[in-house]
Amino acid sequence: MTRYIIRRLLLGVVLLVVVSALTFVIFRILPTADPAKLRAGRLQNPKVIAAIRHDLGLDKSLITQFWLYMKGIFLHFDLGYSYYSTAPVKSLIADRLPATLSLTLGATVVWLLAGIPIGIVSAIKRRTLLDRVAMGGALIFVSAPVYWLGLILLYLFASDIGRFPLLPGANSYVGLTSDPLKWLTSLILPWLVLAATNAAIYARLLRGSLIETMEEDYIRTARAKGLTERRVVLRHGVRSAINPIMTILGLDIGVLLGGAVLTETVFDIPGIGRLNYDAITHSDFPIVQGTVLLAALFIILANIVVDIVYAYLDPRVRYS
Amino acid sequence: MSAEEPLLRVEDLRVEFPTEDGLVHAVDGITYQVHRGRTLGIVGESGSGKTVGSLTTLGLTRGQGARISGRVLFEGRDLLTLSEDEMRKVRGNDISMVFQDPLSSLHPLYSVGAQLTEAVLAHRDVSKATARARAVELLGLVGIPDPARRVSDYPHEFSGGMRQRAMIAMALANEPKLLIADEPTTALDVTVQAQILALMERLQRELGMAIVIITHDLGVVAEMADDIAVMYAGRIVETASAELVFSSPEHPYTWGLLRSIPRLGRSREESLVPIPGTPPSLINPPSGCHFHPRCPYAQPDHARIDPALEPVPGEPSHHVACLLEAGVRRALWAELRAGRMPEQALAAAGLPVEPA
Repeated sequence: MTRYIIRRLLLGVVLLVVVSALTFVIFRILPTADPAKLRAGRLQNPKVIAAIRHDLGLDKSLITQFWLYMKGIFLHFDLGYSYYSTAPVKSLIADRLPATLSLTLGATVVWLLAGIPIGIVSAIKRRTLLDRVAMGGALIFVSAPVYWLGLILLYLFASDIGRFPLLPGANSYVGLTSDPLKWLTSLILPWLVLAATNAAIYARLLRGSLIETMEEDYIRTARAKGLTERRVVLRHGVRSAINPIMTILGLDIGVLLGGAVLTETVFDIPGIGRLNYDAITHSDFPIVQGTVLLAALFIILANIVVDIVYAYLDPRVRYS
Repeated sequence: MSAEEPLLRVEDLRVEFPTEDGLVHAVDGITYQVHRGRTLGIVGESGSGKTVGSLTTLGLTRGQGARISGRVLFEGRDLLTLSEDEMRKVRGNDISMVFQDPLSSLHPLYSVGAQLTEAVLAHRDVSKATARARAVELLGLVGIPDPARRVSDYPHEFSGGMRQRAMIAMALANEPKLLIADEPTTALDVTVQAQILALMERLQRELGMAIVIITHDLGVVAEMADDIAVMYAGRIVETASAELVFSSPEHPYTWGLLRSIPRLGRSREESLVPIPGTPPSLINPPSGCHFHPRCPYAQPDHARIDPALEPVPGEPSHHVACLLEAGVRRALWAELRAGRMPEQALAAAGLPVEPA
């Protein structure tokens, strides 16, 4: 198992280098504004631009630039500096990470708390009104785009523009350490928006998985033992049916940690997604490169964690 | 059969499932009894209703939209009228069940010990440690070597025979009075089959429980059963002691079963004779005698008249549902037993060779 994990981690490093190279190439090939020109601002004379280009290292060949970038990461864990604000990318990301973590992990709790019970009840009460209402609702939430749902919730409940001003709206995020209560209330609407789609997806997945599991022979055995139906469903049915859900849970968290761009934008939350989005509009390549690398890192780690967790969830799975 | 009150008495049990294609008459009015410490073998092809009947005895077809009627008297109590909660206390406690495929019947994600412990705790108010000790004891009882270590294994770490032993151990956790074994050896190798049957016989002697063994395999019932009920298309067509069924079977379907299995000591020239045709639809069963489309001896009026399960003249404990006359049946079986084909037997018994 340990050897397996080490091998996966090494493979992950290789993958990150490949991702970096791809981002490098894509950024140079796609037509974007010249960062040196943007930086020059009003002083658009060739000499200044050439000087800036030299300062930023953009006059070197692409290979050399990539080599220097990789060297910085591997030797000094240095992600470079923002073209736009000259702040180190590492500290920019570190500043933004708590907001994204708060948003993602809170939303995960919300969608699990909603999706799992709904999925179980729908599976057990299959074809009843309850099931149809739950699955119909799930279909709506799966289909609703995040920005639309976000705007609807802001329109209804935001304290500044809402019809029923109950909760802080956009641009109200504060850090957990500075004001825990405000942190909590400012995140409720974003959590609901980010969780809605996944709650619906998880409910539908678990419902399908549990319906299938309840047909298994070992469920009949559990009943024949004289267990209560509650125990049969939860200990025997859900225990098996939840495994595929755990797999996608890890990946979903990994993806969102790389930045929930839409939700962060609608609610103006200063997270990684927002950082990345702004950097793209400013052609701020080092930040784009840094955030993409971070997202890739989270996804790779999530994959490894999922595989390890799976071995614990299912004793038949063994890695070598 | 003894005069004492039977442990289990099933009376005119009917189980029907509504489906999109129509009503499935899975069990169509069966009556049988099982006495304490005795073994009843229920024999029939797949789809003859033998499994549904026993699942219904345990209340496991409830909630599947099944329509159930009749009576299932266990120690005088009608199990069909019990509430789900009362029924739960019977399952795995008074009556246990062992299923066909032990790999799919054990939960893959829990250790064998956890599953045994759970069975004990479902009906006994003991500590987890006591239940665990009981689990080890049970594994030892069914002949698993080194039970204290193997108790932590998962089902996939057991061999097929060991899994079925574990299933039996689980069924015995609360010393049931009745064990229902549904095709307990069908999924196993032949050598392992014999071990499992021997194990069940030993446990029956030691624990004094009654067994209902459900199988399509006459070899298994020959080994195990005191009494036999032969089922066809949701009905019992013949029932008697095992000796009588093997020595003087009365129903053409039973003849077909006996002639379609190889037996040691029979001459090699004597070929096995399959039963022609396929098991009938349980949605639209054949008219009259359900077996008549596949019966080589059926007469024209057998498609109209529905035979009742009646005592064989001179053998009060032997019941058969057949429209042929007793004398004709004996003549036919005498010919068949001598190794002749159905057409020859028909001619010898004086029936038309080309019947309906």
